[in-house]
Amino acid sequence: MRDVAIIGVKNTRFGELWEQSLRDIVVEAGIGAIADAGVSGKEIDALYVGNMSGGRFVDQEHIGALIADYSGLSRNLHVPATRVEAACASGGLAMRQAIMSVASGYSDIVVAAGAEKMTDVGSEEASSALAAAADREWEGMAGATFPGLYAMIAKLHMHRYGTTSEQLAEVAVKNHKNGSFNPIAQYKNVISVDDVLNSIMVADPLHIFDCSPITDGASALVLAPADVAHKYTDTPIYIKATAQASDTIALHDRRDITTLDATVVAAERAYSMAKLRPEDIDLVEVHDCFTIAEICAIEDLGFAEKGKGGIVTANGETAIGGRIPVNTSGGLKACGHPVGATGIKQAVEIATQLRGDAGKRQVAGAEYGMTHNVGGSGATAVVHIFSRER
Amino acid sequence: MSSVPRFWRNLGSRYNLEGTRCKECGEYFYPPRNVCVNCRRVGQIEPYKFKGTGEIVTYTLIHTAAEGFENQAPYTLAIIKLDEGPRLTSQVVGNPEKMHIGMRVRPVFRKLGEDGEHGMIYYGTKFVPADA
Repeated sequence: MRDVAIIGVKNTRFGELWEQSLRDIVVEAGIGAIADAGVSGKEIDALYVGNMSGGRFVDQEHIGALIADYSGLSRNLHVPATRVEAACASGGLAMRQAIMSVASGYSDIVVAAGAEKMTDVGSEEASSALAAAADREWEGMAGATFPGLYAMIAKLHMHRYGTTSEQLAEVAVKNHKNGSFNPIAQYKNVISVDDVLNSIMVADPLHIFDCSPITDGASALVLAPADVAHKYTDTPIYIKATAQASDTIALHDRRDITTLDATVVAAERAYSMAKLRPEDIDLVEVHDCFTIAEICAIEDLGFAEKGKGGIVTANGETAIGGRIPVNTSGGLKACGHPVGATGIKQAVEIATQLRGDAGKRQVAGAEYGMTHNVGGSGATAVVHIFSRER
Repeated sequence: MSSVPRFWRNLGSRYNLEGTRCKECGEYFYPPRNVCVNCRRVGQIEPYKFKGTGEIVTYTLIHTAAEGFENQAPYTLAIIKLDEGPRLTSQVVGNPEKMHIGMRVRPVFRKLGEDGEHGMIYYGTKFVPADA
């Protein structure tokens, strides 16, 4: 296997992008990443696009071909383009496919993109599309919603470990603060614990401010073999590990409702591949689709003891400047969650941080960063580790 | 919510809690599985009708309803552990204030949802407190 490096990155603005279509935003991100890398279209060997539900959100399938076409990579260059789907982990998996393609030697320069255009349908239709990431026949048909599934995780976490609504709210407060320093974030407003607790209840104990929003957005990055990365950029960011794990599609079938075993196993595989431990990681982008998801993630990734995620968050250990900054981008909560884009956006954030380009949200001296992207309520987890030095 | 055949083909499970069991390792499955998660290829799956009694593992009161469930909001959704072992997701009917983790429940036949005003009505199993 060859070492792989990120040589170019780009996020679009995240939010309600009424004036832009799905193809517009992916092309903006893709062209931006290619320009950042300084590669020409002729050098691109393959394109992977993470997209959860073009069919439901914009009534469009065959997303890989569409994006290659409108990126100018089809009619003359015929670059192979593959759409990757794993619900909200689509982006992370698209990146993983791209990494494996370069690592294997099958391709040299590969673009990994992710995108979702979620606001062309109403919020009810969007929620229904998202609910398709769960088990439609045995969760959805019983009346389960996504907030409902995570609410059941939260309820049991609180019951077992004494986690409080205030601690959950602290996740949203921190991520909004981080988002306020991120120019692309959907929400740049700072909120308080009371704002979260006084917002409407969606599924007890989760308030609307415990939930990530519906977002349009796209992200892209360009990968190259590490040996040639310096030809394109002075600041390549190296992939130290790519790992993925599966678990049962339905929450009720998990070994433990408050642990995402897929996260635990993907993290173990990633640490082993990178020969690193949780203490070595300087910052992490985790999949905070709901506040409880960030609490579980920091526990399952090894940054907090099981059951202590709420306390660790309330103590400020996950804030910028804390022991292990979590979601400096604002996370899914404040930066926004265009589902297919999220996994790529997390990697773009880590690369930006490791390059030292993160401005007001910069984690000083960051050497190692991690991303954690989850599909559904935990049936898919993908974990990546990145480093500044090869 | 669903097409008629998609719902109909699982009626036995939805109405009568019919699941499966692996004769090889003894594990019970609801919803039914045709492949044992422990024994896989060498498992021997047979039908099994669950007693239906169990307890609440965790629950939530859903205020923002799923599509097709708007008329029922707010409703309690729970993960229930059947006495034979497997867990399932279902609504629990009754006073939300009285729900608690560990509460004993039993099954009842209820309307689950509907496809709008003129669409199909779905029936199936919900749960109630065991002493109700």
